[in-house]
Amino acid sequence: MSALISLVIAEHDNQFLKAATLNAVAAALQCSPEVDILVAGNGTDAVAQAASQITGVRKVIQVESLALANQLAEPLAAQILSIAKNYSHILAPATANGKNVLPRVAATLDVAQLSDVTKVVSADTFERPIYAGNAIATVQSGDSIKVITVRTTGFDPVAATGGSAAIEKQSGDAAVGNASSSSFVGRELTKSDRPELTAAKIIVSGGRGLGSGEKYQEVVVPLADALGAALGASRAAVDAGYVPNDYQVGQTGKIVAPQLYVAVGISGAIQHLAGMKDSKVIVAINKDPEAPIFSVADYGLVADLFTAVPELTKALS
Amino acid sequence: MKILVAVKRVVDYNVKVRVKSDNSGVDIANVKMSMNPFDEIAVEEAVRLKEAGIVTEIIVVSAGATQCQETLRTALAIGADRAILVESDADLQPLAVAKILKALTDKEQAQMVILGKQAIDDDSNQTGQMLAALLDIPQATFASKVVIADGKATVTREVDGGLETIALTLPAVITTDLRLNEPRYVTLPNIMKAKKKTLEIVKPDELGVDIAPRLKTIKVEEPPKRSAGVMVADIAALVEKLKNEAKVI
Repeated sequence: MSALISLVIAEHDNQFLKAATLNAVAAALQCSPEVDILVAGNGTDAVAQAASQITGVRKVIQVESLALANQLAEPLAAQILSIAKNYSHILAPATANGKNVLPRVAATLDVAQLSDVTKVVSADTFERPIYAGNAIATVQSGDSIKVITVRTTGFDPVAATGGSAAIEKQSGDAAVGNASSSSFVGRELTKSDRPELTAAKIIVSGGRGLGSGEKYQEVVVPLADALGAALGASRAAVDAGYVPNDYQVGQTGKIVAPQLYVAVGISGAIQHLAGMKDSKVIVAINKDPEAPIFSVADYGLVADLFTAVPELTKALS
Repeated sequence: MKILVAVKRVVDYNVKVRVKSDNSGVDIANVKMSMNPFDEIAVEEAVRLKEAGIVTEIIVVSAGATQCQETLRTALAIGADRAILVESDADLQPLAVAKILKALTDKEQAQMVILGKQAIDDDSNQTGQMLAALLDIPQATFASKVVIADGKATVTREVDGGLETIALTLPAVITTDLRLNEPRYVTLPNIMKAKKKTLEIVKPDELGVDIAPRLKTIKVEEPPKRSAGVMVADIAALVEKLKNEAKVI
């Protein structure tokens, strides 16, 4: 294949196109002049419509099948593989879904995957963080198809509107043929009216310094309310059961880069810093002046969080 | 049911690595090495399945330098039955490791493979999914709960926004997330016992696997440093800075 054309796998829940898709399209446009989007799911007309309006997109491929309704890896990978050979680059945002399905695609194509790419140097050379972001590797792929997960914080999103790509419907036969080995049982999603963690402009995160889930609710939540912020947590707070797993910010949790990140009672383990150190402004409130979180904070306050945070909440309300 | 568990020897999670001055990689000479934490969870899960009478034999596998034998001995001390080291000093990338594990899964006729979701050195998060693809069997990544019954694995997965449960027909590949279990401490008697367990060493060639790296590392650099911040005296000063200096609220 000679022409450079990228395929971006849309992140969606059948109803809404997720913002992470826009960052992946931004990365794709740096890989190739032409970018198509695959919307694979069930009942995705609104998603395909939204995808067709993204700036810079050439074509939207919409595949409708019950087998794709829950984004299970086996049918989704098969569906991607059915058109993979038309592309020089296949990209997805490095979300739980993207990380789940793309290595399956890469291995079947017998090509390497480039995970969590933060910069496109050229069509075959990319930057990606290793060792929890303590080093940045520049890697070159010699494979014919580059399979890439995109770290969304590395790329400014393209505009969600302004484009008018054609929507081409394709058959879901490939997915149906690969849907027997796994089945969807259920989903328990954390209900929240707050902004999504990875897309939020402001994040308030709590750590083990809070001591309990009740204190997280009492201290962290009102501050997040006052700021209109998303809620995050350190691994220690999640492991201790203060908050659900999807709050975790860090190397193996969510990678975030908001305008403002407020760390409350978080000491700043290497793996936590890996998930938030690209935030524009970092505020740390911790009673331990030696806490490593202060080494990345723009503004640090050594104080008892149980008095300082409510005071901050009050000052902002 | 036979189960295969893959473990990787990595720089200990408490070590902050340094980039070499010639930008060829990170300096891992004289650095503490440990089993990748997610792989430790994988071994623990396999041992629990054996204790529950579901699994009959646990084969632990590592691919890499000769020192990986230490990592395998740790897994044997946690409770794995025997170990295989696929010895190689080459740069083993996820696709190559997946091919090695496929060859061993086929050879051992394992019904399940458990691996960590990601290694904390290269942070790739690929090998389990690639292995499932090569074996053409189903996968459950980021597992926080695993139930095996009636030839099926029912797995709760940590996904964006919460939890999701899927059911897989066996054989299958499972990758572990942090909340799956808390690995036990290895005891001295078990370390002694582990020394007597079988540890077989094979070469990638003997498995007929192509391990040539596909990605070439051009350079490795330090990430951009954050410029030093300031300490503020109190909340009033903090609010003033956020409003007037940083202008983020």
